[in-house]
Amino acid sequence: MKRILVCLKQAVDVSQLKVDPATRQLVTAGAPKKISDFDKNALEEAIRIKEKNVGVEVFTLTVSPEDAKAVLREGLAMGADKAYCVIDPAFQGVDTSGTSYVLSEMVGKVGDFDLILCGDSSLDSFSGLVGSRMGELLNLPQITSVKKVVVEGDTVIAERSLEDAVETVKAKMPALLSVTREINQPRIPSLMMIMKASKKEIVAWTLKDLNIPAEKTEAKIEVLEALAPKMERKKIKIAGETVEEIAEKLAKALLQEGVVGR
Amino acid sequence: MTAMNGHKGVWVFSEVYDLTLEMLGKGRELADKLQTELSAIVIGNNVQDKANELVRYGADKVYLIDHSALEHFQAEAYLGVIQNLALKGLPEILLIGSTRNGKPLAARLSTRLEAGCIPDCIRLSIDDKKRLVGERITYGGNAIAKITFKSKPQIATVPLRAFEKPEKKDHNGQVVKSDFKVEEAKTEVVERRPLETSSVRIEEAQSIVSGGRGLEKKDDIGLLQDLAKILGGQVGCSRPLVEDRKWFTDWIGLSGHKVKPKLYIACGVSGVIQHVAGIRDSKIIVAINKDPEAPIFEVADYGVVGDLYQIVPALRDALKKMLQ
Repeated sequence: MKRILVCLKQAVDVSQLKVDPATRQLVTAGAPKKISDFDKNALEEAIRIKEKNVGVEVFTLTVSPEDAKAVLREGLAMGADKAYCVIDPAFQGVDTSGTSYVLSEMVGKVGDFDLILCGDSSLDSFSGLVGSRMGELLNLPQITSVKKVVVEGDTVIAERSLEDAVETVKAKMPALLSVTREINQPRIPSLMMIMKASKKEIVAWTLKDLNIPAEKTEAKIEVLEALAPKMERKKIKIAGETVEEIAEKLAKALLQEGVVGR
Repeated sequence: MTAMNGHKGVWVFSEVYDLTLEMLGKGRELADKLQTELSAIVIGNNVQDKANELVRYGADKVYLIDHSALEHFQAEAYLGVIQNLALKGLPEILLIGSTRNGKPLAARLSTRLEAGCIPDCIRLSIDDKKRLVGERITYGGNAIAKITFKSKPQIATVPLRAFEKPEKKDHNGQVVKSDFKVEEAKTEVVERRPLETSSVRIEEAQSIVSGGRGLEKKDDIGLLQDLAKILGGQVGCSRPLVEDRKWFTDWIGLSGHKVKPKLYIACGVSGVIQHVAGIRDSKIIVAINKDPEAPIFEVADYGVVGDLYQIVPALRDALKKMLQ
Protein backbone atom coordinates (compact mmCIF):
# COMPACT_ATOMS: atom_id res chain seq x y z
CA MET A 1 0.00 0.00 0.00
CA LYS A 2 1.43 3.33 -1.07
CA ARG A 3 -1.01 6.17 -1.23
CA ILE A 4 -4.33 7.32 0.21
CA LEU A 5 -6.26 10.24 -1.24
CA VAL A 6 -8.69 12.13 0.99
CA CYS A 7 -11.32 14.54 -0.30
CA LEU A 8 -11.61 17.62 1.91
CA LYS A 9 -14.42 20.11 1.52
CA GLN A 10 -14.19 23.62 2.87
CA ALA A 11 -17.64 23.92 4.41
CA VAL A 12 -19.59 26.69 6.08
CA ASP A 13 -19.45 26.23 9.85
CA VAL A 14 -23.20 25.73 10.25
CA SER A 15 -23.08 26.22 14.01
CA GLN A 16 -22.05 29.84 13.44
CA LEU A 17 -24.54 30.74 10.70
CA LYS A 18 -26.78 33.72 11.26
CA VAL A 19 -30.24 34.26 9.83
CA ASP A 20 -31.69 37.61 8.82
CA PRO A 21 -34.95 37.53 10.79
CA ALA A 22 -36.74 39.87 8.35
CA THR A 23 -36.09 37.89 5.18
CA ARG A 24 -35.26 34.45 6.69
CA GLN A 25 -32.20 34.50 4.40
CA LEU A 26 -28.97 32.96 5.68
CA VAL A 27 -26.08 35.35 6.10
CA THR A 28 -23.46 33.24 4.32
CA ALA A 29 -21.21 36.14 3.30
CA GLY A 30 -18.29 36.13 5.71
CA ALA A 31 -19.57 33.06 7.55
CA PRO A 32 -16.68 31.10 9.09
CA LYS A 33 -15.47 28.07 7.12
CA LYS A 34 -13.79 24.87 8.25
CA ILE A 35 -12.97 21.34 7.10
CA SER A 36 -16.28 19.55 6.76
CA ASP A 37 -16.62 17.33 9.85
CA PHE A 38 -17.02 13.97 8.10
CA ASP A 39 -14.07 14.72 5.81
CA LYS A 40 -11.96 15.31 8.90
CA ASN A 41 -12.88 11.81 10.07
CA ALA A 42 -11.82 10.52 6.64
CA LEU A 43 -8.46 12.30 6.93
CA GLU A 44 -7.94 11.05 10.49
CA GLU A 45 -8.57 7.49 9.33
CA ALA A 46 -6.11 7.89 6.46
CA ILE A 47 -3.44 9.16 8.85
CA ARG A 48 -4.07 6.23 11.21
CA ILE A 49 -3.60 3.80 8.31
CA LYS A 50 -0.41 5.62 7.35
CA GLU A 51 0.90 5.33 10.90
CA LYS A 52 0.41 1.56 10.78
CA ASN A 53 1.84 1.08 7.29
CA VAL A 54 5.33 2.44 6.70
CA GLY A 55 5.81 4.35 3.47
CA VAL A 56 2.17 5.30 2.90
CA GLU A 57 1.54 8.86 1.71
CA VAL A 58 -1.66 10.79 2.36
CA PHE A 59 -2.68 13.47 -0.15
CA THR A 60 -5.73 15.68 0.18
CA LEU A 61 -7.94 16.90 -2.69
CA THR A 62 -10.04 20.05 -2.47
CA VAL A 63 -12.18 21.98 -4.94
CA SER A 64 -13.53 25.36 -3.95
CA PRO A 65 -14.82 28.56 -5.52
CA GLU A 66 -12.70 30.61 -3.11
CA ASP A 67 -9.45 30.52 -1.20
CA ALA A 68 -9.21 27.43 0.99
CA LYS A 69 -5.61 27.68 2.21
CA ALA A 70 -6.54 27.59 5.90
CA VAL A 71 -8.42 24.33 5.40
CA LEU A 72 -5.59 22.83 3.34
CA ARG A 73 -3.02 23.86 5.98
CA GLU A 74 -5.12 22.29 8.72
CA GLY A 75 -5.19 19.02 6.79
CA LEU A 76 -1.43 19.13 6.41
CA ALA A 77 -1.03 19.93 10.11
CA MET A 78 -3.12 16.87 11.00
CA GLY A 79 -0.64 14.75 9.06
CA ALA A 80 -1.38 14.82 5.32
CA ASP A 81 1.79 14.94 3.21
CA LYS A 82 0.61 17.10 0.34
CA ALA A 83 -2.51 19.05 -0.59
CA TYR A 84 -3.96 19.39 -4.09
CA CYS A 85 -6.57 21.98 -4.86
CA VAL A 86 -8.54 23.49 -7.69
CA ILE A 87 -9.64 26.96 -6.63
CA ASP A 88 -11.81 28.58 -9.26
CA PRO A 89 -14.63 31.13 -8.98
CA ALA A 90 -16.37 29.09 -11.69
CA PHE A 91 -17.21 26.58 -8.94
CA GLN A 92 -19.88 28.84 -7.52
CA GLY A 93 -23.14 26.97 -8.06
CA VAL A 94 -21.52 23.75 -9.24
CA ASP A 95 -23.51 20.73 -8.06
CA THR A 96 -22.49 17.23 -6.99
CA SER A 97 -22.23 16.14 -10.62
CA GLY A 98 -19.60 18.79 -11.46
CA THR A 99 -17.75 18.48 -8.14
CA SER A 100 -17.38 14.72 -8.47
CA TYR A 101 -16.23 15.11 -12.08
CA VAL A 102 -13.47 17.57 -11.18
CA LEU A 103 -12.35 15.51 -8.17
CA SER A 104 -12.11 12.38 -10.30
CA GLU A 105 -10.05 14.26 -12.91
CA MET A 106 -7.75 15.40 -10.08
CA VAL A 107 -7.38 11.78 -9.00
CA GLY A 108 -6.39 10.91 -12.56
CA LYS A 109 -3.72 13.59 -12.61
CA VAL A 110 -2.29 12.74 -9.17
CA GLY A 111 -1.68 9.18 -10.38
CA ASP A 112 -1.57 5.85 -8.57
CA PHE A 113 -3.43 5.32 -5.30
CA ASP A 114 -4.78 2.49 -3.19
CA LEU A 115 -7.65 4.16 -1.35
CA ILE A 116 -9.83 7.21 -1.67
CA LEU A 117 -11.49 8.26 1.58
CA CYS A 118 -14.39 10.72 1.72
CA GLY A 119 -16.86 11.87 4.32
CA ASP A 120 -20.30 10.28 4.01
CA SER A 121 -21.85 13.76 3.70
CA SER A 122 -20.78 17.37 3.99
CA LEU A 123 -21.46 19.55 6.99
CA ASP A 124 -23.21 22.33 5.06
CA SER A 125 -25.06 20.95 2.04
CA PHE A 126 -25.38 17.45 3.53
CA SER A 127 -26.07 15.86 0.14
CA GLY A 128 -23.93 12.77 0.55
CA LEU A 129 -23.63 12.13 -3.19
CA VAL A 130 -20.13 13.23 -4.22
CA GLY A 131 -18.23 10.18 -2.92
CA SER A 132 -20.49 7.66 -4.64
CA ARG A 133 -20.58 9.70 -7.86
CA MET A 134 -16.75 9.79 -7.86
CA GLY A 135 -16.52 6.06 -7.26
CA GLU A 136 -18.77 5.54 -10.25
CA LEU A 137 -16.78 7.90 -12.52
CA LEU A 138 -13.54 6.16 -11.54
CA ASN A 139 -15.18 2.74 -11.83
CA LEU A 140 -13.97 1.75 -8.36
CA PRO A 141 -15.38 -0.64 -5.79
CA GLN A 142 -17.07 1.57 -3.21
CA ILE A 143 -18.16 1.08 0.39
CA THR A 144 -20.33 3.73 2.05
CA SER A 145 -21.38 4.47 5.67
CA VAL A 146 -18.11 3.01 6.91
CA LYS A 147 -17.48 2.95 10.66
CA LYS A 148 -14.39 0.73 10.74
CA VAL A 149 -11.58 0.02 8.26
CA VAL A 150 -8.90 -2.66 8.16
CA VAL A 151 -6.35 -2.99 5.35
CA GLU A 152 -4.95 -6.47 4.67
CA GLY A 153 -2.55 -6.77 1.74
CA ASP A 154 -4.40 -5.61 -1.36
CA THR A 155 -7.82 -5.89 0.30
CA VAL A 156 -9.79 -3.41 2.36
CA ILE A 157 -12.33 -4.72 4.88
CA ALA A 158 -14.88 -2.27 6.18
CA GLU A 159 -17.82 -2.28 8.55
CA ARG A 160 -20.89 -0.42 7.34
CA SER A 161 -23.67 0.92 9.55
CA LEU A 162 -27.03 0.24 7.99
CA GLU A 163 -30.46 1.04 9.43
CA ASP A 164 -31.06 -2.48 10.68
CA ALA A 165 -27.71 -4.23 10.46
CA VAL A 166 -23.95 -3.94 10.44
CA GLU A 167 -22.31 -5.32 7.33
CA THR A 168 -18.71 -6.36 6.90
CA VAL A 169 -17.71 -5.73 3.30
CA LYS A 170 -14.53 -6.63 1.44
CA ALA A 171 -13.09 -5.00 -1.67
CA LYS A 172 -9.90 -5.22 -3.66
CA MET A 173 -7.96 -1.99 -3.75
CA PRO A 174 -7.95 0.54 -5.30
CA ALA A 175 -11.30 1.34 -3.71
CA LEU A 176 -13.32 4.29 -2.47
CA LEU A 177 -14.73 4.45 1.04
CA SER A 178 -16.98 7.06 2.58
CA VAL A 179 -16.93 7.25 6.36
CA THR A 180 -19.32 8.24 9.13
CA ARG A 181 -18.44 10.27 12.20
CA GLU A 182 -18.54 7.13 14.36
CA ILE A 183 -15.28 5.91 12.83
CA ASN A 184 -12.86 7.94 14.97
CA GLN A 185 -12.18 11.11 16.92
CA PRO A 186 -10.04 13.38 14.72
CA ARG A 187 -6.84 14.66 16.31
CA ILE A 188 -6.18 18.30 17.07
CA PRO A 189 -2.81 19.26 15.58
CA SER A 190 -0.12 20.43 18.02
CA LEU A 191 1.78 23.68 17.50
CA MET A 192 4.74 21.58 16.36
CA MET A 193 2.61 19.87 13.69
CA ILE A 194 1.24 23.21 12.54
CA MET A 195 4.78 24.59 12.16
CA LYS A 196 5.90 21.50 10.26
CA ALA A 197 2.92 21.78 7.95
CA SER A 198 3.95 25.23 6.77
CA LYS A 199 6.81 23.57 4.89
CA LYS A 200 4.58 21.04 3.14
CA GLU A 201 3.54 21.51 -0.47
CA ILE A 202 0.18 22.79 -1.71
CA VAL A 203 -0.37 22.13 -5.41
CA ALA A 204 -2.88 24.51 -6.97
CA TRP A 205 -4.47 23.71 -10.32
CA THR A 206 -7.00 25.52 -12.44
CA LEU A 207 -9.84 23.94 -14.40
CA LYS A 208 -7.74 24.69 -17.48
CA ASP A 209 -4.76 22.73 -16.13
CA LEU A 210 -7.08 19.74 -15.91
CA ASN A 211 -8.54 20.34 -19.41
CA ILE A 212 -12.05 20.25 -18.05
CA PRO A 213 -14.66 21.26 -20.63
CA ALA A 214 -17.13 23.86 -19.34
CA GLU A 215 -20.16 21.61 -19.85
CA LYS A 216 -18.79 19.10 -17.33
CA THR A 217 -19.21 21.56 -14.50
CA GLU A 218 -22.61 22.86 -15.57
CA ALA A 219 -25.08 22.30 -12.75
CA LYS A 220 -27.93 19.90 -13.42
CA ILE A 221 -29.92 21.28 -10.53
CA GLU A 222 -30.76 24.82 -9.50
CA VAL A 223 -31.39 26.14 -6.00
CA LEU A 224 -34.49 28.35 -6.16
CA GLU A 225 -34.32 29.49 -2.54
CA ALA A 226 -32.83 28.55 0.82
CA LEU A 227 -34.68 30.05 3.74
CA ALA A 228 -34.63 29.52 7.48
CA PRO A 229 -37.52 27.22 8.35
CA LYS A 230 -40.52 28.68 10.06
CA MET A 231 -40.92 27.08 13.45
CA GLU A 232 -44.28 28.17 14.63
CA ARG A 233 -44.48 26.75 18.07
CA LYS A 234 -46.67 27.80 20.94
CA LYS A 235 -43.76 28.46 23.34
CA ILE A 236 -45.97 28.24 26.43
CA LYS A 237 -43.98 28.16 29.66
CA ILE A 238 -45.54 26.07 32.40
CA ALA A 239 -44.75 27.11 35.95
CA GLY A 240 -46.23 26.44 39.36
CA GLU A 241 -45.71 26.40 43.11
CA THR A 242 -44.84 22.72 43.28
CA VAL A 243 -43.47 20.09 40.95
CA GLU A 244 -46.81 18.25 41.17
CA GLU A 245 -48.72 21.33 40.10
CA ILE A 246 -46.44 21.84 37.08
CA ALA A 247 -46.74 18.19 36.12
CA GLU A 248 -50.52 18.30 36.39
CA LYS A 249 -50.82 21.43 34.26
CA LEU A 250 -48.53 19.91 31.61
CA ALA A 251 -50.37 16.59 31.60
CA LYS A 252 -53.70 18.40 31.20
CA ALA A 253 -52.36 20.48 28.31
CA LEU A 254 -51.09 17.36 26.53
CA LEU A 255 -54.43 15.65 27.01
CA GLN A 256 -56.21 18.66 25.50
CA GLU A 257 -53.83 18.62 22.52
CA GLY A 258 -54.94 15.06 21.90
CA VAL A 259 -51.36 13.72 21.89
CA VAL A 260 -51.67 11.35 24.84
CA GLY A 261 -54.01 8.47 25.49
CA ARG A 262 -56.42 6.97 23.03
CA MET B 1 -29.46 11.65 -21.40
CA THR B 2 -29.61 15.37 -20.99
CA ALA B 3 -32.24 16.07 -23.62
CA MET B 4 -35.38 17.62 -22.19
CA ASN B 5 -37.66 15.82 -24.61
CA GLY B 6 -38.66 12.21 -24.84
CA HIS B 7 -38.69 11.56 -21.12
CA LYS B 8 -42.01 10.75 -19.57
CA GLY B 9 -43.44 9.00 -16.58
CA VAL B 10 -42.78 8.95 -12.86
CA TRP B 11 -40.87 5.95 -11.50
CA VAL B 12 -40.21 4.85 -7.94
CA PHE B 13 -37.79 2.36 -6.45
CA SER B 14 -36.77 1.34 -2.96
CA GLU B 15 -35.46 -1.93 -1.58
CA VAL B 16 -37.65 -1.13 1.46
CA TYR B 17 -41.28 -2.06 0.76
CA ASP B 18 -42.94 0.56 3.04
CA LEU B 19 -40.87 3.30 1.48
CA THR B 20 -41.92 2.12 -1.99
CA LEU B 21 -45.54 2.51 -0.92
CA GLU B 22 -44.96 6.00 0.47
CA MET B 23 -43.27 7.06 -2.76
CA LEU B 24 -46.14 5.59 -4.77
CA GLY B 25 -48.52 7.83 -2.82
CA LYS B 26 -46.50 10.94 -3.64
CA GLY B 27 -45.66 9.64 -7.11
CA ARG B 28 -49.39 9.28 -7.96
CA GLU B 29 -49.90 12.95 -7.17
CA LEU B 30 -46.91 14.01 -9.30
CA ALA B 31 -47.92 11.75 -12.21
CA ASP B 32 -51.50 13.05 -12.17
CA LYS B 33 -50.25 16.62 -12.22
CA LEU B 34 -48.07 15.79 -15.24
CA GLN B 35 -50.82 13.61 -16.78
CA THR B 36 -48.40 10.76 -17.11
CA GLU B 37 -47.91 7.18 -15.96
CA LEU B 38 -46.70 6.02 -12.54
CA SER B 39 -44.37 3.02 -12.47
CA ALA B 40 -42.64 1.07 -9.74
CA ILE B 41 -39.59 -1.17 -10.00
CA VAL B 42 -39.57 -4.32 -7.90
CA ILE B 43 -36.35 -6.31 -7.61
CA GLY B 44 -36.01 -9.49 -5.57
CA ASN B 45 -36.67 -13.19 -5.32
CA ASN B 46 -40.27 -14.45 -5.32
CA VAL B 47 -41.68 -10.94 -5.33
CA GLN B 48 -44.53 -11.44 -7.84
CA ASP B 49 -47.14 -10.95 -5.08
CA LYS B 50 -45.57 -7.71 -3.98
CA ALA B 51 -45.52 -6.51 -7.57
CA ASN B 52 -49.23 -7.28 -7.94
CA GLU B 53 -49.97 -5.47 -4.70
CA LEU B 54 -48.19 -2.30 -5.88
CA VAL B 55 -50.83 -1.89 -8.58
CA ARG B 56 -53.41 -1.63 -5.82
CA TYR B 57 -51.29 1.11 -4.24
CA GLY B 58 -51.55 3.16 -7.41
CA ALA B 59 -48.90 1.94 -9.87
CA ASP B 60 -49.95 1.94 -13.54
CA LYS B 61 -47.02 -0.27 -14.38
CA VAL B 62 -44.73 -2.44 -12.28
CA TYR B 63 -41.40 -3.55 -13.71
CA LEU B 64 -40.76 -6.91 -12.08
CA ILE B 65 -37.25 -8.32 -11.90
CA ASP B 66 -37.54 -11.61 -10.09
CA HIS B 67 -34.51 -13.85 -9.70
CA SER B 68 -32.91 -15.94 -6.97
CA ALA B 69 -29.63 -14.02 -7.41
CA LEU B 70 -31.40 -10.78 -6.47
CA GLU B 71 -32.84 -11.82 -3.11
CA HIS B 72 -30.61 -9.43 -1.17
CA PHE B 73 -29.65 -5.89 -2.07
CA GLN B 74 -26.46 -5.88 -4.08
CA ALA B 75 -25.33 -2.47 -5.28
CA GLU B 76 -24.00 -3.23 -8.77
CA ALA B 77 -26.69 -5.78 -9.63
CA TYR B 78 -29.54 -3.47 -8.61
CA LEU B 79 -27.86 -0.47 -10.21
CA GLY B 80 -27.40 -2.26 -13.54
CA VAL B 81 -31.03 -3.39 -13.60
CA ILE B 82 -32.42 0.09 -12.91
CA GLN B 83 -30.00 1.76 -15.32
CA ASN B 84 -31.09 -0.54 -18.16
CA LEU B 85 -34.76 -0.04 -17.43
CA ALA B 86 -34.29 3.74 -17.31
CA LEU B 87 -32.33 3.81 -20.57
CA LYS B 88 -35.19 1.99 -22.29
CA GLY B 89 -38.14 3.60 -20.51
CA LEU B 90 -36.77 7.16 -20.21
CA PRO B 91 -38.64 8.33 -17.10
CA GLU B 92 -38.84 12.06 -16.47
CA ILE B 93 -38.84 11.58 -12.69
CA LEU B 94 -37.17 8.83 -10.69
CA LEU B 95 -37.75 8.68 -6.94
CA ILE B 96 -35.33 6.48 -5.00
CA GLY B 97 -35.71 5.58 -1.32
CA SER B 98 -33.09 7.39 0.73
CA THR B 99 -31.74 4.52 2.79
CA ARG B 100 -28.08 3.78 3.54
CA ASN B 101 -28.09 1.56 0.45
CA GLY B 102 -30.54 3.58 -1.63
CA LYS B 103 -28.74 6.90 -1.51
CA PRO B 104 -25.42 5.69 -2.97
CA LEU B 105 -27.52 3.80 -5.53
CA ALA B 106 -29.20 7.08 -6.52
CA ALA B 107 -25.85 8.88 -6.69
CA ARG B 108 -24.34 6.23 -8.93
CA LEU B 109 -27.42 6.00 -11.11
CA SER B 110 -27.42 9.79 -11.52
CA THR B 111 -23.80 9.65 -12.66
CA ARG B 112 -24.47 6.85 -15.13
CA LEU B 113 -27.52 8.64 -16.55
CA GLU B 114 -25.74 12.04 -16.46
CA ALA B 115 -28.60 13.29 -14.34
CA GLY B 116 -29.02 15.74 -11.51
CA CYS B 117 -29.97 14.43 -8.10
CA ILE B 118 -31.69 16.10 -5.14
CA PRO B 119 -31.22 14.00 -2.01
CA ASP B 120 -33.49 13.60 1.03
CA CYS B 121 -36.53 15.50 -0.20
CA ILE B 122 -39.10 16.13 2.51
CA ARG B 123 -41.50 17.76 0.05
CA LEU B 124 -41.95 17.31 -3.70
CA SER B 125 -44.03 19.27 -6.16
CA ILE B 126 -44.34 20.18 -9.84
CA ASP B 127 -43.78 23.81 -10.81
CA ASP B 128 -45.47 25.76 -13.62
CA LYS B 129 -42.70 24.71 -16.02
CA LYS B 130 -43.56 21.09 -15.22
CA ARG B 131 -40.25 20.62 -13.42
CA LEU B 132 -39.90 18.59 -10.24
CA VAL B 133 -39.17 20.78 -7.20
CA GLY B 134 -37.68 19.13 -4.14
CA GLU B 135 -37.36 20.66 -0.68
CA ARG B 136 -34.64 19.54 1.67
CA ILE B 137 -33.05 20.51 4.95
CA THR B 138 -29.65 22.05 4.47
CA TYR B 139 -26.96 24.06 6.30
CA GLY B 140 -27.25 21.80 9.33
CA GLY B 141 -30.94 22.55 9.78
CA ASN B 142 -30.54 26.32 9.38
CA ALA B 143 -32.42 26.36 6.09
CA ILE B 144 -34.83 24.54 3.86
CA ALA B 145 -33.72 24.69 0.24
CA LYS B 146 -36.13 24.56 -2.68
CA ILE B 147 -34.31 23.01 -5.62
CA THR B 148 -35.28 22.12 -9.16
CA PHE B 149 -33.70 20.45 -12.18
CA LYS B 150 -32.13 21.70 -15.39
CA SER B 151 -32.07 18.34 -17.17
CA LYS B 152 -33.85 14.99 -17.28
CA PRO B 153 -34.26 12.46 -15.84
CA GLN B 154 -34.90 14.22 -12.55
CA ILE B 155 -33.69 11.99 -9.74
CA ALA B 156 -34.70 12.65 -6.13
CA THR B 157 -34.22 10.56 -3.02
CA VAL B 158 -36.94 10.31 -0.40
CA PRO B 159 -36.48 9.41 3.27
CA LEU B 160 -38.75 7.01 5.11
CA ARG B 161 -41.91 8.62 6.57
CA ALA B 162 -41.63 11.83 4.55
CA PHE B 163 -44.88 10.97 2.81
CA GLU B 164 -48.06 9.11 3.77
CA LYS B 165 -48.66 5.55 2.69
CA PRO B 166 -51.60 5.60 0.24
CA GLU B 167 -54.84 3.63 0.65
CA LYS B 168 -55.05 0.29 -1.07
CA LYS B 169 -57.80 0.25 -3.69
CA ASP B 170 -58.78 -1.16 -7.06
CA HIS B 171 -56.63 0.28 -9.81
CA ASN B 172 -55.86 -0.74 -13.36
CA GLY B 173 -52.22 -1.51 -13.88
CA GLN B 174 -49.96 -4.11 -15.38
CA VAL B 175 -47.00 -6.08 -14.10
CA VAL B 176 -44.26 -6.36 -16.71
CA LYS B 177 -41.63 -9.05 -16.29
CA SER B 178 -38.43 -7.46 -17.47
CA ASP B 179 -35.25 -8.87 -18.93
CA PHE B 180 -32.05 -8.16 -17.13
CA LYS B 181 -28.47 -9.23 -16.79
CA VAL B 182 -26.78 -9.30 -13.42
CA GLU B 183 -23.89 -6.86 -13.30
CA GLU B 184 -20.85 -8.26 -11.55
CA ALA B 185 -20.37 -7.16 -7.93
CA LYS B 186 -17.33 -5.04 -7.09
CA THR B 187 -17.54 -5.71 -3.35
CA GLU B 188 -18.32 -8.75 -1.26
CA VAL B 189 -20.50 -8.77 1.85
CA VAL B 190 -18.76 -11.23 4.15
CA GLU B 191 -21.00 -10.82 7.17
CA ARG B 192 -24.32 -9.22 8.04
CA ARG B 193 -25.25 -8.80 11.68
CA PRO B 194 -28.80 -7.60 12.29
CA LEU B 195 -28.95 -4.89 14.94
CA GLU B 196 -30.88 -5.59 18.09
CA THR B 197 -33.66 -3.10 17.75
CA SER B 198 -36.87 -2.71 19.61
CA SER B 199 -39.91 -4.08 17.83
CA VAL B 200 -40.97 -0.61 16.66
CA ARG B 201 -38.66 1.70 14.73
CA ILE B 202 -38.33 5.08 16.36
CA GLU B 203 -39.67 6.71 13.17
CA GLU B 204 -42.94 4.87 13.81
CA ALA B 205 -43.34 5.88 17.45
CA GLN B 206 -46.36 8.04 18.27
CA SER B 207 -44.58 9.52 21.24
CA ILE B 208 -40.91 9.85 22.08
CA VAL B 209 -39.24 10.76 25.35
CA SER B 210 -35.69 11.79 24.62
CA GLY B 211 -32.72 12.51 26.83
CA GLY B 212 -29.71 14.77 26.41
CA ARG B 213 -26.66 15.91 28.30
CA GLY B 214 -28.87 16.79 31.26
CA LEU B 215 -28.97 13.10 32.20
CA GLU B 216 -26.28 12.41 34.77
CA LYS B 217 -25.81 8.66 34.53
CA LYS B 218 -26.80 5.80 32.28
CA ASP B 219 -29.25 4.30 34.80
CA ASP B 220 -31.30 7.50 34.64
CA ILE B 221 -32.57 6.43 31.22
CA GLY B 222 -34.97 4.37 33.32
CA LEU B 223 -36.80 7.59 34.27
CA LEU B 224 -37.43 8.30 30.60
CA GLN B 225 -38.48 4.71 29.98
CA ASP B 226 -41.06 4.93 32.78
CA LEU B 227 -42.61 8.00 31.18
CA ALA B 228 -42.44 6.50 27.68
CA LYS B 229 -44.20 3.39 28.95
CA ILE B 230 -47.19 5.38 30.23
CA LEU B 231 -47.38 7.09 26.82
CA GLY B 232 -46.94 3.85 24.87
CA GLY B 233 -43.93 5.48 23.26
CA GLN B 234 -40.21 5.05 22.89
CA VAL B 235 -37.02 6.51 24.33
CA GLY B 236 -34.57 8.40 22.15
CA CYS B 237 -31.59 10.66 22.69
CA SER B 238 -29.50 13.47 21.28
CA ARG B 239 -26.08 12.91 19.79
CA PRO B 240 -23.84 13.51 22.83
CA LEU B 241 -25.34 10.46 24.55
CA VAL B 242 -24.09 8.36 21.62
CA GLU B 243 -20.83 10.06 20.69
CA ASP B 244 -19.50 11.11 24.08
CA ARG B 245 -21.16 8.75 26.51
CA LYS B 246 -21.87 5.68 24.36
CA TRP B 247 -25.15 5.01 26.17
CA PHE B 248 -27.07 4.54 22.94
CA THR B 249 -26.16 3.52 19.40
CA ASP B 250 -28.53 5.86 17.57
CA TRP B 251 -29.50 9.47 17.99
CA ILE B 252 -32.27 11.74 16.81
CA GLY B 253 -31.21 14.62 14.63
CA LEU B 254 -30.27 15.71 11.15
CA SER B 255 -27.51 13.11 10.81
CA GLY B 256 -29.45 10.47 12.74
CA HIS B 257 -33.11 9.53 12.92
CA LYS B 258 -35.60 12.13 11.76
CA VAL B 259 -38.85 11.64 13.64
CA LYS B 260 -42.33 13.10 13.59
CA PRO B 261 -44.29 11.72 16.53
CA LYS B 262 -47.48 13.25 17.87
CA LEU B 263 -45.60 14.04 21.09
CA TYR B 264 -41.89 14.67 21.57
CA ILE B 265 -40.65 15.29 25.10
CA ALA B 266 -37.05 16.55 25.27
CA CYS B 267 -35.54 16.05 28.72
CA GLY B 268 -32.24 17.79 29.39
CA VAL B 269 -31.72 18.31 25.65
CA SER B 270 -30.22 21.72 24.87
CA GLY B 271 -31.69 21.85 21.37
CA VAL B 272 -28.83 22.55 18.97
CA ILE B 273 -30.07 23.18 15.45
CA GLN B 274 -29.00 19.74 14.18
CA HIS B 275 -31.15 18.06 16.81
CA VAL B 276 -34.08 20.34 16.09
CA ALA B 277 -33.86 19.48 12.38
CA GLY B 278 -34.60 15.89 13.33
CA ILE B 279 -37.74 16.67 15.33
CA ARG B 280 -39.19 19.67 13.50
CA ASP B 281 -42.19 17.82 12.12
CA SER B 282 -43.36 16.57 15.53
CA LYS B 283 -46.90 17.66 16.34
CA ILE B 284 -46.24 18.82 19.90
CA ILE B 285 -42.80 19.40 21.40
CA VAL B 286 -42.28 19.60 25.16
CA ALA B 287 -39.00 20.81 26.65
CA ILE B 288 -37.85 20.12 30.18
CA ASN B 289 -34.54 21.79 30.99
CA LYS B 290 -33.06 23.58 33.97
CA ASP B 291 -31.36 26.19 31.78
CA PRO B 292 -33.98 28.85 30.94
CA GLU B 293 -31.76 30.02 28.05
CA ALA B 294 -31.61 26.57 26.38
CA PRO B 295 -32.50 26.95 22.66
CA ILE B 296 -34.90 24.00 22.90
CA PHE B 297 -37.47 26.36 24.50
CA GLU B 298 -37.56 28.39 21.27
CA VAL B 299 -38.89 25.39 19.36
CA ALA B 300 -41.14 23.92 22.04
CA ASP B 301 -44.89 24.19 22.42
CA TYR B 302 -44.67 23.63 26.16
CA GLY B 303 -41.61 24.40 28.23
CA VAL B 304 -40.82 23.66 31.84
CA VAL B 305 -37.76 25.29 33.36
CA GLY B 306 -36.81 22.84 36.05
CA ASP B 307 -35.02 19.71 37.13
CA LEU B 308 -35.87 16.77 34.92
CA TYR B 309 -35.21 14.44 37.85
CA GLN B 310 -38.27 15.96 39.57
CA ILE B 311 -40.45 16.88 36.60
CA VAL B 312 -40.26 13.62 34.64
CA PRO B 313 -41.46 11.30 37.45
CA ALA B 314 -44.14 13.83 38.45
CA LEU B 315 -45.36 14.05 34.86
CA ARG B 316 -45.46 10.27 34.66
CA ASP B 317 -47.61 10.13 37.82
CA ALA B 318 -49.92 12.90 36.63
CA LEU B 319 -50.44 11.22 33.24
CA LYS B 320 -50.95 7.85 34.84
CA LYS B 321 -53.71 9.27 37.00
CA MET B 322 -55.43 11.03 34.10
CA LEU B 323 -55.21 8.14 31.69
CA GLN B 324 -56.67 5.61 34.10
